[in-house]
Amino acid sequence: SVIEVTSFVSSRWVPQMADHSEVMKGIHQYPGVRYPVLTPNLQGFHRAVAAGATEISVFGAASESFSKKNINCSIEESMQKFEEVVKSARHMNIPVRGYVSCALGCPYEGTITPQKVTEVSKRLYGMGCYEISLGDTIGVGTPGSMKRMLESVMKEIPPSALAVHCHDTYGQALANILTALQMGINVVDSAVSGLGGCPYAKGASGNVATEDLIYMLNGLGLNTGVNLYKVMEAGDFICKAVNKTTNSKVAQASF
Amino acid sequence: MGNVPSAVKHCLSYQQLLREHLWIGDSVAGALDPAQETSQLSGLPEYVKIVEVGPRDGLQNEKVIVPTDIKIEFINQLSQTGLSVIEVTSFVSSRWVPQMADHSEVMKGIHQYPGVRYPVLTPNLQGFHRAVAAGATEISVFGAASESFSKKNINCSIEESMQKFEEVVKSARHMNIPVRGYVSCALGCPYEGTITPQKVTEVSKRLYGMGCYEISLGDTIGVGTPGSMKRMLESVMKEIPPSALAVHCHDTYGQALANILTALQSQLFKLAISDWSCTIG
Repeated sequence: SVIEVTSFVSSRWVPQMADHSEVMKGIHQYPGVRYPVLTPNLQGFHRAVAAGATEISVFGAASESFSKKNINCSIEESMQKFEEVVKSARHMNIPVRGYVSCALGCPYEGTITPQKVTEVSKRLYGMGCYEISLGDTIGVGTPGSMKRMLESVMKEIPPSALAVHCHDTYGQALANILTALQMGINVVDSAVSGLGGCPYAKGASGNVATEDLIYMLNGLGLNTGVNLYKVMEAGDFICKAVNKTTNSKVAQASF
Repeated sequence: MGNVPSAVKHCLSYQQLLREHLWIGDSVAGALDPAQETSQLSGLPEYVKIVEVGPRDGLQNEKVIVPTDIKIEFINQLSQTGLSVIEVTSFVSSRWVPQMADHSEVMKGIHQYPGVRYPVLTPNLQGFHRAVAAGATEISVFGAASESFSKKNINCSIEESMQKFEEVVKSARHMNIPVRGYVSCALGCPYEGTITPQKVTEVSKRLYGMGCYEISLGDTIGVGTPGSMKRMLESVMKEIPPSALAVHCHDTYGQALANILTALQSQLFKLAISDWSCTIG
């Protein structure tokens, strides 16, 4: 029901998303499906709206170093930019999702305290984001650290407004997601075929594979509304197109 | 997600990884730092025994037949990691499992470190005697919760296999040799599909009753998910105490760690014993 389409960032920084406007205009927007896009600043936001976007996301971090290296400004500066974007978006009744990266660890700083994650999440939620996606950006989290972080965040933000975005770099994603589900979170980010890899560790996996996630949720009898076989087909399509092997174990076992 | 600085080559520096996430370095290996010690997930055992099955279950299923001296070196390296149980080899006919044809040489060739146990698989009396002759002091027998799998895998029905195992277990117990029982297809069978928890319980109970000290419940084709793991364990734990149980999860569909976490969290576990079908590298 939700497919993140593209990112309206400068093509100088992220060349893979240079065609953001064409993609946004080119897709068929199926009824019942939402198509959020990333918008790091007001300029990106306006371009996104011009291209037909009706939902946006902003990307914060729980680590100062990561914020500076990733989006070239401190956490505080980024929050100010996002306030502008969120204000404009809300003015136009466009929902905004907030991401918090490095929720379970940072490639530069190492350990990130649950309190810091809570502080940044609360800021995004307070400015009007309808949902906060807590990202284990480098996949270092384990069920224990996931639980501690969520316990902290859930003191300030209701579970119905939270999501988890787990990377599988160290193979921990499904165990971490299971832990989050057991704590009342019911929105989970994933990428078909585990696309993306880890930008910080050559050869490592990145996003958890949607196929593997659906397999687990189906097995648990939890309703997702998503057809696993169709997702696998889409995964097969994109892997062939980019000439890479799938990162999904379910796909590997099935094809 | 966001932009990626190309200067960052590694997810974490190696030192950072060892220190913060593998808890090795200045602190004792395996020790938690104070922040982690006080807030583990609740309902988890204090200690988890890892049974390393790479040299047997792992190598048995690799296409390449690994030379004997490499196997011995591999096991010797594992012996120095702190693992307390390492499954060495399988005393089956080399006609069936050529990868394990050198079972006696491997068993005789490894260095048996103090504090480490080295079980071997023995499908029948003949294998058992060969294992003992080669220096084995602990053995395992391999049953299945599926008739089809039993017939295709070890060429006999579940009942016939149990009778063979009775002979092996009797001889082993006579010599004070501990026996571990495996139950394959605990969460699904490649031939029959769904396997009922009741069938798993029935076979497990039989093995436990004949004298196996521990029953390892195997998700042989990795189809299990946390829900099916929980249901199966609830059934088995009505008949066998949790301290006599282990889980053996295959990662075919990426579900292993989630399934293992579920087993660890199973309320009735006081001391959970898990074995990973662990492939190093």
